[in-house]
Amino acid sequence: MELLQVENLVKDYVSPEGEVQRVLSIDRFALDSGEQVAIKGSSGSGKTTFLHIVAGILAADSGRVCFDGNEITHLSESRRDQYRARELGYVFQSFHLLGAYSALENVTLGAAFGSGGDPDLARELLETLGLGHRLQHRPHQLSIGQQQRVALARALAGRPRMVLADEPTGNLDSTHAQEALELLCSLCRKQGAALLLVSHDPTVLAAFDRQEDFAVLNGAVKEVTL
Amino acid sequence: MRALLLIVRRSLRKHALSTTVTVVSAALASGLVMAVFAVAAQSRAAFAGGPVGFDAVLGARGSATQLVLNTVFHLETSPGNIPWTLYKEVSEDNTVELAIPYAVGDNYRGLRIVGTTSEIFTRFEYIKGQKFKFVGHGEPFDETLRQAVVGSEAARISGLKRGDTFQPSHGVSEFSAVQHDERYVVSGVLEATNSPSDRVIWIPIEGIFRMGGHILRGTGEDFEAEAGATIPDEHKEVSAVMLKFKSQIHGLRMENRINRQGKVATLAWPIANVVAQLFERLGWVNRILELVAYLVVVVAGGGLLSSIYNTMNERRREFAILRALGARRRTVFSAIVLEATTISALGSLLGYLVYAAIMVVAASIIRERTGVVLDTLEWHSALVQTPVAMLVVGAIAGILPARKAYATDVASTLSGNL
Repeated sequence: MELLQVENLVKDYVSPEGEVQRVLSIDRFALDSGEQVAIKGSSGSGKTTFLHIVAGILAADSGRVCFDGNEITHLSESRRDQYRARELGYVFQSFHLLGAYSALENVTLGAAFGSGGDPDLARELLETLGLGHRLQHRPHQLSIGQQQRVALARALAGRPRMVLADEPTGNLDSTHAQEALELLCSLCRKQGAALLLVSHDPTVLAAFDRQEDFAVLNGAVKEVTL
Repeated sequence: MRALLLIVRRSLRKHALSTTVTVVSAALASGLVMAVFAVAAQSRAAFAGGPVGFDAVLGARGSATQLVLNTVFHLETSPGNIPWTLYKEVSEDNTVELAIPYAVGDNYRGLRIVGTTSEIFTRFEYIKGQKFKFVGHGEPFDETLRQAVVGSEAARISGLKRGDTFQPSHGVSEFSAVQHDERYVVSGVLEATNSPSDRVIWIPIEGIFRMGGHILRGTGEDFEAEAGATIPDEHKEVSAVMLKFKSQIHGLRMENRINRQGKVATLAWPIANVVAQLFERLGWVNRILELVAYLVVVVAGGGLLSSIYNTMNERRREFAILRALGARRRTVFSAIVLEATTISALGSLLGYLVYAAIMVVAASIIRERTGVVLDTLEWHSALVQTPVAMLVVGAIAGILPARKAYATDVASTLSGNL
């Protein structure tokens, strides 16, 4: 059953010089419930913009993005926030942990705006990821690998139905990258969440049964980074 | 709500120094406003409604306010004297329940000496049913001897106790250099009444008449009393006569007779009204104090606004992440307003300590200077209205930075383009 459907998605940007640049032009993309897909694409190809639109952070100029049969492209900003809080988990390349908050608080906040945030579940996730002894540590007190695991826990803390991962191993060395990837995939499978991952790293891509090439998927001629 | 509280708590902790400074300034503002209103109200209540015990003061032609300040609060100088015969006249008036003469003009270490009759101890009630009480075995002065009764505060300041002797000085200032030769013996010390009388040293009025250097002008001509010789009544004069009427209506009649028809004396009646009029005339001082207090609140609000606003740039990434996690715009907006309100709430709580400190100091100064006692624990509506107003000011101060947080562009900020 298709969880995510993207059809005729278009996104343009206007450069400071007034020139209209098309960033995205995707005819069709779909993701089933619980499915794990990796999208290959080079830096600046518009992958992040695509994820932002799927997450409802950005609005598309035209086309449809449907989640579980509900079109999100025309939802109000407030309803898109709600959709993001309840249905999605997001893993960023640079983790984007909140420096003033402990590891446990960072993870709890991952679910705070949807289900309300369950510190017990957050604690359980961190313990599963081997950070039971680092609950009260703040991000700067953790190693890069530990920070990434906190980011993974935060993405899954709200029991999302879909996890979006934007170059999740981009800042890790190969050992930590492999470890983080395995954790992400296994936790998504355990929770039954679909996983949409974008990366330019062939090692990462190789871990997925289904791979898509963003250059093929995206018909846009020009690409800009947002 | 849990997330909001967490966001606020973390921000307050992260910006601990600016939070502390802002809380303290809000506390000073809140405490100052509460104190200005409370001190004004309590001073007015204490001066106008305190334990006076008399209905009116009869004194020299002139200002009723000066008369009251001089005789009831033992401040200011006497506006002049009235003839002893006038005292005798009103004391024999059948509408007057009690008439006690006061003669002032001397001091001991700055404490006012009041010459009067022993009726002040035997008949006068400073509060209905309550007469002056003596500490231990103290007793009223003998009107024929050089004896004195010392008020509780006067005893504390001067160190005088029963059996001690002292020499009065001429004038009402403690810097007076002219000391009288007469030596008085303390016959008793009074218990505290929490009234201006506590700061007074009472001696027989005859003692004032006979004090060396005192000239009596009851007849218009100078007369100096000789030791052992009786002073004819027509030479005697008093500073004022304290009056208590059998009924308030008699006060009205006497006021008409003395103030409107007579030309010799002034009747300050009712005393509470005279004090109230004084406070009315001094109302502008209070308005200025209120204005200053309001300005301090505005400054505190401005400080609160700028302290939070200055953190907005560094917190833009935090807001973008929170939004990416599903926080609505109104959630981050509310977090900032709640943060500002929390700072002003903490300031208001601390403001009660500032208020208490100001009240203790103000009450101590007023008591020291006038003998009037303020009740520092007395309720005043400003104690609730001011903290509520501070919360509103805090919330308003939070709106501008909150709008900035509200407008955070999530995609651009997370992509590092802003």
